[in-house]
Amino acid sequence: MLASQIGYYSLILGLILSFTLSFFATKDLTNPNQRIDQNIIVLSFLQLFFVVVSFLCLIFSFVNSDFSNETVFNNSHTTKPLFYKISGTWGNHEGSLLLWLLVLTLFIFLFIIKSNNQPKKYRTLTLLFQQIIIIGFFLFVLVTSNPFNYLFPVPNEGLGLNPILQDPALAIHPPILYLGYVGSSIIFSASLAAVIQNYINSEWAKHIKKWVLISWIFLSIGIMLGSIWAYYELGWGGFWFWDPVENVSLMPWLTLTALLHCILVLERRLLLTSWVVILSITSFTLSMCGTFLVRSGILNSVHTFANDPTRGIFILVFLFILIFLSLGIFFVFHKEKYKDNKNFFWLSKETSILLNNWFMMYFLSVVLIGTVYPIFLDVISSDKISVGPPFYHKLIIPFLAPFLIFMVFGSKLKWIKSEISNKNLLIIFFIISIIISFLVTKNFQVDLFLYTILIGTSLFLFFTTTVEFFNKKNILSQTIAHFGFSLFILSILLNSITSSEIATNMKVGERYNYEGGEIFFKKIEEKKEKNFNSIVGHFKITDNRGDILNLKPELRVYNQPIIITSEADIKTTLLKDNFLVMNTVKGNEYFNIRYQVKPFMLWIWISVLLISLGGMISFLRVKNEK
Amino acid sequence: MRILKTFLLVVLFINIANANTDIKDKNLNNKILKNIRCLVCQGQSVYDSESEFSSTIKLLVKKKINEGKSEKQIYEFLRKRYGDWVIFEPKLNKNTYILWILPLLLFLLGGAIIRKKFK
Amino acid sequence: MKNKIYLSTLIIFLTFCFVIFYNGLNSSNIYTPKINTKQKVPIFEAKDFYSNKSINSEELFKEDIFYIVNIWASWCVPCRKEHKFLMELSKSENVKIIGLNYKDNLNNAKKFINELGNPYSKNLTDKNGFLSIEFGAYGVPETFIINKNKTIVKKFIGPINKKTLNQIMQIIK
Repeated sequence: MLASQIGYYSLILGLILSFTLSFFATKDLTNPNQRIDQNIIVLSFLQLFFVVVSFLCLIFSFVNSDFSNETVFNNSHTTKPLFYKISGTWGNHEGSLLLWLLVLTLFIFLFIIKSNNQPKKYRTLTLLFQQIIIIGFFLFVLVTSNPFNYLFPVPNEGLGLNPILQDPALAIHPPILYLGYVGSSIIFSASLAAVIQNYINSEWAKHIKKWVLISWIFLSIGIMLGSIWAYYELGWGGFWFWDPVENVSLMPWLTLTALLHCILVLERRLLLTSWVVILSITSFTLSMCGTFLVRSGILNSVHTFANDPTRGIFILVFLFILIFLSLGIFFVFHKEKYKDNKNFFWLSKETSILLNNWFMMYFLSVVLIGTVYPIFLDVISSDKISVGPPFYHKLIIPFLAPFLIFMVFGSKLKWIKSEISNKNLLIIFFIISIIISFLVTKNFQVDLFLYTILIGTSLFLFFTTTVEFFNKKNILSQTIAHFGFSLFILSILLNSITSSEIATNMKVGERYNYEGGEIFFKKIEEKKEKNFNSIVGHFKITDNRGDILNLKPELRVYNQPIIITSEADIKTTLLKDNFLVMNTVKGNEYFNIRYQVKPFMLWIWISVLLISLGGMISFLRVKNEK
Repeated sequence: MRILKTFLLVVLFINIANANTDIKDKNLNNKILKNIRCLVCQGQSVYDSESEFSSTIKLLVKKKINEGKSEKQIYEFLRKRYGDWVIFEPKLNKNTYILWILPLLLFLLGGAIIRKKFK
Repeated sequence: MKNKIYLSTLIIFLTFCFVIFYNGLNSSNIYTPKINTKQKVPIFEAKDFYSNKSINSEELFKEDIFYIVNIWASWCVPCRKEHKFLMELSKSENVKIIGLNYKDNLNNAKKFINELGNPYSKNLTDKNGFLSIEFGAYGVPETFIINKNKTIVKKFIGPINKKTLNQIMQIIK
C-alpha cells in the first residue's frame, strides 16, 4: 500500500517536473550562453529518477501480491512464479504505460548528457518537444490508466495473469520492443528541433545516426522476440500472422530502416533533407498510431490490451496533436537547401538508397493500408471485411525479387558516381543462383517460376555478400546486415517449401505410420506444478533412417484463471525443428496429434540477430569516431 | 512510356503472385483452414484454433473437399452465412478496389517522384 | 504555391482520418454476422431428437406461424439459465420452438430436458455442428426468430434474458 502511494506521488512529481523542465528550457532558449542550463540536466535526471521509483513501486506491489492495488489485483496471483510476477508488471495496459514513460524519460536524459558537442538551442528544443510527449503520457496515465488505483476492501487473491503470457521470451519482449518503439521519440523530437534550427545537415546526421541505430536495433530484436514467443506459444508453428499488433510494430521498423539508409546519404551530402525529416516524424507517429490501434479497442486481434474507448479518444487526440504540430513546424521552418536534382547521377549509391526507400515505403503502405482499411470501410459503409495473410503475401512477395537484386548492386556502388566493377562476376553469380534455385525448387510442389526467382535472388544476395566478407575494404556493418537479410529471406522461403505436417488422432499405446516414419504414443504422465496441473504425452518418433526422437507435448490446466493451454514440444537443431502438439478430442480417449518437421527455423532467428549485429557494429564504429 | 512499362511490369508481378504465393501448404485443406477466421477467437485462423466452432469448420471443410467442392465454392458457402469477415483474403469487389489498388498506385507514384529527380 | 497545396491536402486528409478513427472507436468491434434481411430459413435435413428419424426443413416449418430455432446443449452452462425463458415462450400460441441439440451426448441431453422441462415442439440433433453453420451460428446458445414468410428476422447470440424475452414477445405478436 505504501508502495502505491509512493508510486502515485512519484508520477505526480514527474509531471510537475515536466512543466518545470519546459519552463527552464524555454527560458534557456533566450539565454545566449552556449552551455546548457545545468538545472535542466539535474531536473531531467530527477524526472527519470521519479519515474524509475514509480516503476519499482509497481514491481514491488506485484512481487508482494499487494491486491489493494487494482492493477496487481487484475493481473497477478499469489501462485505466480516470482519471475512472472515481475514481468507481469509490464504485461498489462497500465504497467506498460509506465514502461513508455520510463523509456521516454531515460532517452531524453541520455540525450541531454551525451550531446554536449551539439548546439545548445538544438538540445534545448529537443528536450522541449520530448517533454510535450512526456506530459501527454503523464496525463494519459494519471487520468485514464492509473497503475496505483486503490481497492477496498482488499481482495485476498488476484484475478491472475493469462498463462500464455508466462513465458521468458514474452517477459522481455516488451522492454526490448519499447526501447525501439519508444526510442523513436527522440528522433522525432530531435528532428523537429533540427528543422527549427536549420540544422538538417551532415553534422546532425552523424549525431542522430546513433539514436536511429539504437531504436532500430532494439526494435528488430523486440519484434523477433515476439515472433519467437508466438512460434512457441500460439497456433501451430506459425511465427507471423499479419495480425494488427504485429503489423503495428513492423511499420516503424520499415520507416526506421529507410531512415537509417537516408542518414547515410545525409552524412556525406546535403541531400534528402526534407525526406529525412518526414521519415523521422513518421516513425514515431507510427509508433503512437500503433499504440492507439492496439489499446483503444478499435481493432480485434490476438493480443490487444484492455479495450476502453475513453483511452482510445485520449490517444487519438494526442496523436493528432503531435501530427499537426510536427507538420506545422515542418512547413513553417523547413528550408530546402538546393534543388536536389542536379546532384544525382543515376548510377550511384545515393540512387540505390532512393530505390531502397521506394520499396520500403511501398511495403509500409501495404501493411498500413491492410491494417487500417477495415476500420475505414466499417465506418463508411458498415461492411466488415478481414485483411489477412493472403493480402500481404500477394502484394509483398513479388516485389522481393527486384528488391533483393537492387540490394546486390546498391551495396557495390560508390557514392556520387560509380560504375559496377566485376560485372561479369556478378552475372555469373546470378546465373548460378538461379540454377541452384531451380534444381532445389523443382523437387517440391510449389509454383516453380515464382519460387525459383525468389530463392534465386536471395541466393544471389547471399553469395555476393559472402564474397564481400573477403574483401578487405568492405563495410562490415553493411555486409553483415545485408548478409543477414539474405539469410532471413532464404530461411523463410526454404522453410515454407520444405516443411511438412502430419495430423491424426491417436490413443495411448497406438502407433501411427506415415511416409517418413512412425509415431508411437507411449504413455501419459500427470504432473502437478505450482499453478497448473499438466498431462504430458510421451511420444517416440522413429524416422525412416532409424533416428529416434522423444517428444513430450503437454496439456496444462491453470487454476487462476481457469484456462487450458496446449504446450508444444519443440526440438530445435541447426538444421530443423521437430514440432509436436497434442490436443484432446471432445468426449474421447483419443488425442489429436500434429507433428511438423520445419527445416531452417533456427536460421530465421539467427538471421535477424545478424541484421541487428550489423547495426551494432555500425553503432560502435560511430562511437569510436568521436 | 516508362510509366506504362512499369505498370505492365507491376501487373505481371501481381499475376505471378496470384499464381501461387500461398505454397505454405501444399495441402489444400490446410490452406483453406488458414484462410478462415475463427469467429470465437480473437484474430486466429481456424487452422490455429481449437475452439468448438473451429473443429466444426475443420470437419465441414474436409467434407466439402471430399465432395469435390473448389476452394472458391467453400469460401462462398461460408461468406453467405457469416459475411466477408470470416475469410481472411479480401475479395476483389467494389468494397475492396481501393484496398488492392492503392498500394500499387503509391508504388507508381514513388517511381514517378524518383524519376523526376533525374530530369 | 505548391507547398500550400500539399499542406492543405494533407490537413484535409488527416482531418478525414481523425473523423474516421473517432467514429471507429464508438462502433463495437465485436462482430455479429449481419442478418441478411432477405435470408430465408436454410434448407436442410436432420435427425429427430427422440425418434432418430429424418425430417426435412420444409416439414418442420410448414405451419403459418412464427418459429424460434434455439441452439442448445446440456454441457452449455448459459443454456441452463435461459431455459426458463424458453419455457415461458413455449406457452405462446403464436410460436413453435424448434431445438437444435448441438454436439451433445443424447443421454445427457435427455436428462437436461427431463430436469428443466421441454419447450420444444420438435428437437433435432446436430452431432457434428453442421446444422448450426447453416444458420450462421458459431456458438451456443443462439436463438433465431423466423417469421411467417420463413425469413430469419432476428438473431440472439448468447442466452435469452428478461429483456430479450420481451423483445421476442413483441415480435411474435
